[in-house]
Amino acid sequence: MMQLSHAWLVDENPETRFQAGAGQTYRMVRALLRNPLAVVGLVIIIGLLIVAAFAPVLAPYSPIESNLGARLLAPSADHWMGTDELGRDILSRIIHGARITLMIVLLVAVISAPVGLLVGTVAGYFGGWVDRVLMGLTDVFLSMPKLILALAFVAALGPGIENAVIAIAITTWPVYARIARAETLTFRNAEFISAIQMQGASHTRVILRHIMPLCLSSTIVRVTLDMAGIILTAAGLGFLGLGAQPPLPEWGAMISSGRAFILDQWWVATMPGFAIVIVSLGFCLFGDGLRDVLDPRNRTR
Amino acid sequence: MSLLTIENLRVSFPGEQGAIEVVKGISFELGRERLGIVGESGSGKSMTGRSILRLIEKPGKVTADRMEFDGLDLMTLSNKRMRALRGARMSMVMQDPKFSLNPVMRIGDQIAEVLSFHSTLNARERRKRVLESLEAVRITDPERVYKLYPHEVSGGMGQRIMIAMMVILEPDLMIADEPTSALDVSVQAQVLDIMDDLVTRTGMGLIIISHDLNMVARYCDRILVMFNGEIVESCQASELANARHPYTQGLLASMPTLDEHRDRLPVLDRTQLGGV
Repeated sequence: MMQLSHAWLVDENPETRFQAGAGQTYRMVRALLRNPLAVVGLVIIIGLLIVAAFAPVLAPYSPIESNLGARLLAPSADHWMGTDELGRDILSRIIHGARITLMIVLLVAVISAPVGLLVGTVAGYFGGWVDRVLMGLTDVFLSMPKLILALAFVAALGPGIENAVIAIAITTWPVYARIARAETLTFRNAEFISAIQMQGASHTRVILRHIMPLCLSSTIVRVTLDMAGIILTAAGLGFLGLGAQPPLPEWGAMISSGRAFILDQWWVATMPGFAIVIVSLGFCLFGDGLRDVLDPRNRTR
Repeated sequence: MSLLTIENLRVSFPGEQGAIEVVKGISFELGRERLGIVGESGSGKSMTGRSILRLIEKPGKVTADRMEFDGLDLMTLSNKRMRALRGARMSMVMQDPKFSLNPVMRIGDQIAEVLSFHSTLNARERRKRVLESLEAVRITDPERVYKLYPHEVSGGMGQRIMIAMMVILEPDLMIADEPTSALDVSVQAQVLDIMDDLVTRTGMGLIIISHDLNMVARYCDRILVMFNGEIVESCQASELANARHPYTQGLLASMPTLDEHRDRLPVLDRTQLGGV
């Protein structure tokens, strides 16, 4: 039986592939933990995950049921963050809102990263006019401000979370396509690609089995870095009334409804604002830390 | 009937002042024999090999009066039929195993991949075939090597793996483009012996592209010498010493031998050859 010790993990001559892999992970985690800001980011993200997972348990009140007798109460022991214009507990709504935020972020990542990866690798692999057409299309999307483009799409598709996710995904894929294309170009003419072609592999197989796996790591890092932006765009759409619809406790929409009382009942708009700031800051810090750890060129010592 | 017939093969790339021809109308035939193509860098020997597999990258252009492989016209074959030929009936071993194996794929999976698109074997049968082919290239512990990544094997072993990958479907024609130039001298002989053994056993046609005259003379039946995109000499390997073309003679003369006392080795007189 092997023992999970520090010495075993940092052994320069690992005996098994499992040990080498575990050691590599261990070193990466330690490098990440040495960066205090990345730890802060990680703690925020883990907190968000826990809150989202146990929302019904953690939330003291229902996020949707209104209680008109308790309208616009200031923060107190009963309502830590106060109540909104319909007497709903703001803390409970923020806790449930974590689920919506997380869902939007994950869905956008799951939709846009593969699309970008596919477009980028195909463009890089075939080159020529395929490249020009696909990259031209990518440039068209890149040249428009993200929020405004998403706004246009939601306006066309109709408001709602699903449509907001689709709209945000449409605005984020071009970045991944560019990265994947650049990455593909670096080993497009590598010998091992020629070798597999000489064996009669089809273009589809070369792209899916040999090129995409090699582009994956840089795309993943980029997705983590982009998550803060996705949260902000989602909140922006919610604020404009084009994202999640009431009574869903979406943070952006909550700020929007609190705007009317911002001078007298500041907490209604401020509390969800804090939530957005903290969570997107968490993704930013963690993404930065992750990039430093994964990119050996940035290692300074 | 010959396995491969090539007549007037030309490969050109567009340049600033019109097209530059790198292969200038060569013709040869290949039966089930071992043919060596030798020549200096830039003489067009690799381009000849690649154009047989139709793997010249754009904007390169290939033309030929006739290019037939076992009765199939390689010039007009559809891309799909061409893919079915590559790997299954003709294959190519490349120069450096370090670059010709996918760094992030296990060796066994990489070899098995050929089987997955050229055959209908299931996963277990594929694995068995891969292990057999690794054994055929004298890898003593195929089970272990199956699970390794390319960076974990030596150059010689990498090249043997490459050969295993290329012969697993027992092609009729194998093209080896400088198969040993990235290897140590001691490993070179080993790799060549394995290739030689496979060729004799399966009766495939082999084209070895190289700049090593001695090696080619030893392992091939027939030799073509290429210079500046043309075939300047074609002879039986045993007749190489009686070569007539000044380029071949020059090459032979500039090779040092162990039991000689020349102060200077002669250099090719290029003005006489009329080349570059």
